Amino acid sequence: MSLQKFILKRILASVPVLFGVSVVTFALMHITPGDIVDQLVAANPNVPSHEAARLRREFGLDQPVWVQYLDWMQGVLTGDFGEVYSSSRDVSAVVLARLPETIALGLFGWVFAILIAIPGGIYAAVNKDQLGDTVSRFVALSGISIPNFWLGLMLMAVFAVQLDWFPTLDPQTSLLSPSMLWWLILPGVTIGTAAAANMMRIMRTSMAEELNKEYVTAARAKGLPERTVILKHVLRNSLISVTTVAAFLTASIVAGSVVVETVFGWPGLGRELIDAVHLREINLILAITLFTGFFIVLANLLADIVYALLDPRIRDEY
Amino acid sequence: MMALLEVNDLTVSFYTQEGVVTAVDDLSYTIERGEKFGVVGESGAGKSVTALSLLRLIESPGEIESGEILLDGDDLLEMTTEEIRQIRGNRIGMIFQDAQTALNPVYTVGEQISEAIRHHLEYDSDEARERSIELLDQVGIPDAENRYSDYPHEFSGGMQQRAVIAMALSCDPDVLIADEPTTALDVTTEAKILDLLEDLTDEFDTAIQLITHDLGVVAELCDRVMVMYAGQAVEKAPVEELYYDPKHPYTVGLMSSIPRVGDDSDRLRTIPGAMPDLIDTPTGCRFHPRCPYAEEACTRTEPDMITTGNGANGPQQSARCLEYTNDLQHGLGFDVTIDDDLSERVRGERHE
Repeated sequence: MSLQKFILKRILASVPVLFGVSVVTFALMHITPGDIVDQLVAANPNVPSHEAARLRREFGLDQPVWVQYLDWMQGVLTGDFGEVYSSSRDVSAVVLARLPETIALGLFGWVFAILIAIPGGIYAAVNKDQLGDTVSRFVALSGISIPNFWLGLMLMAVFAVQLDWFPTLDPQTSLLSPSMLWWLILPGVTIGTAAAANMMRIMRTSMAEELNKEYVTAARAKGLPERTVILKHVLRNSLISVTTVAAFLTASIVAGSVVVETVFGWPGLGRELIDAVHLREINLILAITLFTGFFIVLANLLADIVYALLDPRIRDEY
Repeated sequence: MMALLEVNDLTVSFYTQEGVVTAVDDLSYTIERGEKFGVVGESGAGKSVTALSLLRLIESPGEIESGEILLDGDDLLEMTTEEIRQIRGNRIGMIFQDAQTALNPVYTVGEQISEAIRHHLEYDSDEARERSIELLDQVGIPDAENRYSDYPHEFSGGMQQRAVIAMALSCDPDVLIADEPTTALDVTTEAKILDLLEDLTDEFDTAIQLITHDLGVVAELCDRVMVMYAGQAVEKAPVEELYYDPKHPYTVGLMSSIPRVGDDSDRLRTIPGAMPDLIDTPTGCRFHPRCPYAEEACTRTEPDMITTGNGANGPQQSARCLEYTNDLQHGLGFDVTIDDDLSERVRGERHE
């Protein structure tokens, strides 16, 4: 099977997954009491009840759940994700407007995680059971254990408030400008820390295991410098299992963005989602969860491609 | 004339949690240029540790405690890390027991041969590639040019071992260490690989230290043999003498445990007992608990390596047994009966 065929197959396989995500989200939103109209009425108690009923009719919220779902699905299949009830804006427009912010944050966190985890894991594995390894394991365990909202608040308290190194307000500049980095660093580090710690542990274990294999002795017996043995022979083999975890951690970064964006006031999809849930903006919630699901499917697909690049034995199976 | 490789009083210990394991104890031997030297013994006799010591590849918790390893008179144990790297893969090549695990699964076979050539001989990548293809061809891989870019999993077991041999020979070493090179292979492939090793080492006048537990393999390939037991050499002899006139009871035990064609006995003959625990080695002769001729003296006095055969017209024979210092009261009661020429017989079988 060729790689193209494999990718196509994986994308098709993601359709039922996304369908499932939409059904579950839809069901959950209808199980929770209250809808957008209740929220609007609560915000403005003077609205007469017939006006509320008119709004429900207008939004289609008076229909049975399955009719609402089918209506929504019909729209999605034609590329229409509905509108945001409270502002009458297109859901896709809102999502697209917030998307770059979230991607920037997630990517930053991800790159941060990799930059810490890979060298840290290599160092720990090479110096296994020595002081450096013990310290790195302690740091990794702490990184996994600290909740991201707390870490975010602490980083903000120390580096932004006390030391005043970083801005605390919402970003005031365009996403692509270099000074944006100052706004990105704290939330990016917050979101990437747990992933970095997890990945580092896997990297260490995986590399320590590879180091015991005979091809390592064979590479050394060829007279290759230790650097080449580690960075050429062992690293590539160790990265195979790290890839699995990296894909898996994408989900945790995406989930983390909801909390971290709220803590740091980052104008991304995560914060939008929180607001949408408060208001029961069902179309917006569905679009964001669907998009998140799609993103995770994509990350797994990427991981599979990376596998194939790293390991010729897997390449042959495609 | 100076021997090519001279190992003097080599001692290697492993500091395990159970205690200090002296895997190689005061071991000495020499290998001449172009000589085929066999090292025989059961698992745990210290054969592989000896081999890895020659490349200074003993890993923690193991340590080379003392001794010297002279290659053309230069002590490998005194060298800096950088100097020993110039020796590894360049002047001493190593063939591993299991080619499948000795090859890195994620790089092409060709690349794994070329990298040593680029590193030691300062060839550029095209020259290294050319030389690697030549080597693959020499070790009998058909269509070497195309197989160069194959990955290890695309090679059969026998071909993998051939590739590992090509890798070990890539920089034209003076000494080739072959650690059980055929154990993982089936019998027909084994015979072919042994022939190949013989041809190539003859062609390039490469000395070989062949580690094996298989006396048949030794008969096939070697000029001289060292029998190891519990970290020590117990007998050193030219291969003919070892078969026709073994001096040490352990060697005799190993010989008689080879099943013979036409033997009517129902069971394989074995040496009773097992190799001693190297943390707590027996007093006196290390073999005495398993030796059918052991006497009281054997439990007390540790025998020295004694020359038993004259070295006037060739290499000497020596054995580590009290018999040869006349400390045994009853002597060694074994007879060697030669029903047929063992080495020829083994050879005949393997070539069928």
